[in-house]
Amino acid sequence: MRLEAISQPSVSRRIFPPMLAIVASFVIAALLAQIAGGNPFAVFGLIFKGALGSQFALLETLNRATPLIFTGLAVAVAFRAKLWNIGAEAQLYAGAVITVVLGTGALAWPAPVLLPTLAIGAALAGAIVLLIPAMLKTRFGVDEVVTTLLFNFIFLLFVSYLLEGPLKDPMGMGWPKSARLIPEARLPRIVEGLRLHWGFALALICAVAIWVIDRKTTLGFEMRAVGQNPEAARFAGIPVTKVILKTALLSGGLAALGGFSEVAGLKGSLTLDLSPGFGYTGIVVAMLALLNPLGVVAAALFVAIIFVGADSMSRAIGVPTYLADIMLASALLLMVLAILFTKFRVRRD
Amino acid sequence: MTALRMGAERGDPVLRMQGITKRFGSVTANEDISFSLHKGEVIALLGENGAGKTTLMNILFGQYLADEGMVEAFGKPLPAGAPRAALDAGVGMVHQHFTLADNLTVWENIALGTQGLGAFSLRPARVKDKIRDLSARFHLSVDPDARVGALTVGERQRVEILKALYREAKVLILDEPTAVLTPQETDALFATLREAISMGLSIVFISHKLHEVMAIAHRVLVLRHGRLVAERGIGDTSAEELASIMVGGEVRAPDVPAMPAGPALLTLSKASAGVLQDVNLSLNAGQITGIAGVSGNGQGALSDLISGVLSLQSGEMQIAGQTPAQWDARTAIAHGVGRIPEDRHKTGTIADFDLTENAILETYQTDFARAGWMDWTKARRHTEHLIQTYDVRCPGPDTRIRLLSGGNMQKLILGRVLEENPQIIVANQPVRGLDIGAVNYVHARLAAARESGSAILLISEDLDEIMKLSDKIHVISEGRLSPAFQRGALTVAELGKWMAGQGFAHAS
Repeated sequence: MRLEAISQPSVSRRIFPPMLAIVASFVIAALLAQIAGGNPFAVFGLIFKGALGSQFALLETLNRATPLIFTGLAVAVAFRAKLWNIGAEAQLYAGAVITVVLGTGALAWPAPVLLPTLAIGAALAGAIVLLIPAMLKTRFGVDEVVTTLLFNFIFLLFVSYLLEGPLKDPMGMGWPKSARLIPEARLPRIVEGLRLHWGFALALICAVAIWVIDRKTTLGFEMRAVGQNPEAARFAGIPVTKVILKTALLSGGLAALGGFSEVAGLKGSLTLDLSPGFGYTGIVVAMLALLNPLGVVAAALFVAIIFVGADSMSRAIGVPTYLADIMLASALLLMVLAILFTKFRVRRD
Repeated sequence: MTALRMGAERGDPVLRMQGITKRFGSVTANEDISFSLHKGEVIALLGENGAGKTTLMNILFGQYLADEGMVEAFGKPLPAGAPRAALDAGVGMVHQHFTLADNLTVWENIALGTQGLGAFSLRPARVKDKIRDLSARFHLSVDPDARVGALTVGERQRVEILKALYREAKVLILDEPTAVLTPQETDALFATLREAISMGLSIVFISHKLHEVMAIAHRVLVLRHGRLVAERGIGDTSAEELASIMVGGEVRAPDVPAMPAGPALLTLSKASAGVLQDVNLSLNAGQITGIAGVSGNGQGALSDLISGVLSLQSGEMQIAGQTPAQWDARTAIAHGVGRIPEDRHKTGTIADFDLTENAILETYQTDFARAGWMDWTKARRHTEHLIQTYDVRCPGPDTRIRLLSGGNMQKLILGRVLEENPQIIVANQPVRGLDIGAVNYVHARLAAARESGSAILLISEDLDEIMKLSDKIHVISEGRLSPAFQRGALTVAELGKWMAGQGFAHAS
């Protein structure tokens, strides 16, 4: 048995296997739900009802998708240029830290000035956090998978230190949390009275912007060329190192905007549990989206639906929320397999 | 190094390939190749890149299925397309790029894959004893407990050879074994090979290096364009003869009419870069300057230097009488250097980009973008123009370039280069692997560019091609460039001498 490359896959071959992958992940989840003592149909029904069944649930899902869009975009941008950024988690926290440092009273500006300042400051911080591993890669050939991954842990410990020390809220009754943002530093809600904040809109704008950069600008062209074939890019005169560094700035900045959006839009202060692994889940989101920036939005919504829905389902019938993790993991693995089958066919001989 | 003349007593061949033919699309990689190898014999397989050596060896090892012909080891036919069959029959391959695991020890690497999954009792002591025994017999000193990652290149090669011997190989195939070795290591390797022959092993030695072939082989087979063009006993030939057979051809008048040489558009004086040493070269308007030579003698460095991807270590380069302040790919393009790279798949194009994206790869910034925004409409129109003008056969500008044949890919690259009206053109192996129609097309276009006043550097391992097109010829050997010979001033035998490295002044 061997795999044989298909030179020009048909439309059905490109669409059918990924769809089958999603269906198969549902089948696996159904079996597990059955084992855990829930009726699969009831479980899925409750998941979708819990995620989309009411206005409250829907907005909760969109809020949950917001940071995933940012980190998913960060990963997609980097991976397209073959810059393996596994450090979106650290970059997200870097954005959150800057938001808190500047937004808790240090800058007492009106909201229309302060909010863009915070966003730009956060993005710069995230950009710098990824620039360092990117430079280590271009200068010395240090593997960025290792540096960005390990930097996540270092940065989280650094945040922990900040929350126990310089950034600790004096009114926080000893809890390791920062002071609250001043009202001017809070992202307003899109519609008054509803929980959805402007961070979600910013995420959508970013997704469209990245799509435009990718298709319409020289930077997008250069990033794709460097990702696909750095040798040919270098020969053609594309400044490969510069492009990698620009990609790093863009990717780190996007992840950091996720941190800004979470703090300024949702939480109002920084704690060590700001992100339940948004940076890592961003990798799953980007892969499910096949690194397409608009696909990232869809994939982030899919992931958010499963997580929010599984929470609610679990409260209702007691099937553990781990089901959500399993669904996500199996969807990703099956998707990777499905992509393989869009490009190769199995030959028996 | 003294040549081995002990000769092989002829018996039944240990390895026989009979009538091997392999085609890839319209290109024939091997055409009706037959040879046999006898016990205790060394045969050298000589030929340029793309002559078909690798394809032949891949057929022997079952990686490719031959369209015609058969392979026999020790009198028994090998089943086609079965990678393990040759190994099991006692044919071992020492690859040019080693296939060792750096993080394992020598003995682990050697034992790897010799036992089935079910075998729990791998006995290190026994494996190591056998390795020490083989090391001593074949003068392959290596510590079985050393980690492969810590070994020198020469030592790693010994491990590769030990690996084959450990598996009781009776026939060793060595693919360019000396390419990575120092002269001392090469001598040691040859001592080992002589030991192996005296113990009745047989060897196929694949190489470009003529003096090594002369030193170690009993018989030489020369492949050219997929065909076996010559078979010589080592006593009946010379390095010069082999060089001229390998790169082919006879002296002939160029197919392009003579033209007066124009002004020098690019000159190199005492230029050193990469493996190039003190190269003097002048590319004149309206002339094709051919670079002949056996592959791997600095052609790549010369082409890279002028293309702007390799920088000068010493010496001087002038473009139209001026020394450029800096030299990189973009500057080269801006100075009117058109570049046709040696490897169109890896360097010339991006496989998953469409034709439009590949067509503008070098000029997207200057011609197809404004303030950072791409003008795809213009780019597409430009590509459609290239497709028309250069006869690129394809479904359209949105086709991914990987789906094109080599010839059509090369036509697009040619169009990309020529459409910029380059003053200077570097064409490195511009027709390698192309079918005859595409070859003629590329040559006609280059001749036309010459007519319109471009200075062209044509680098080729195919002497016929050089002879057919060049106004003047240099020979490149070990990074040095011979003086220029005007068209028709040199016989093939003389060229062969230069290619074999004679005639160069050794003091610089």
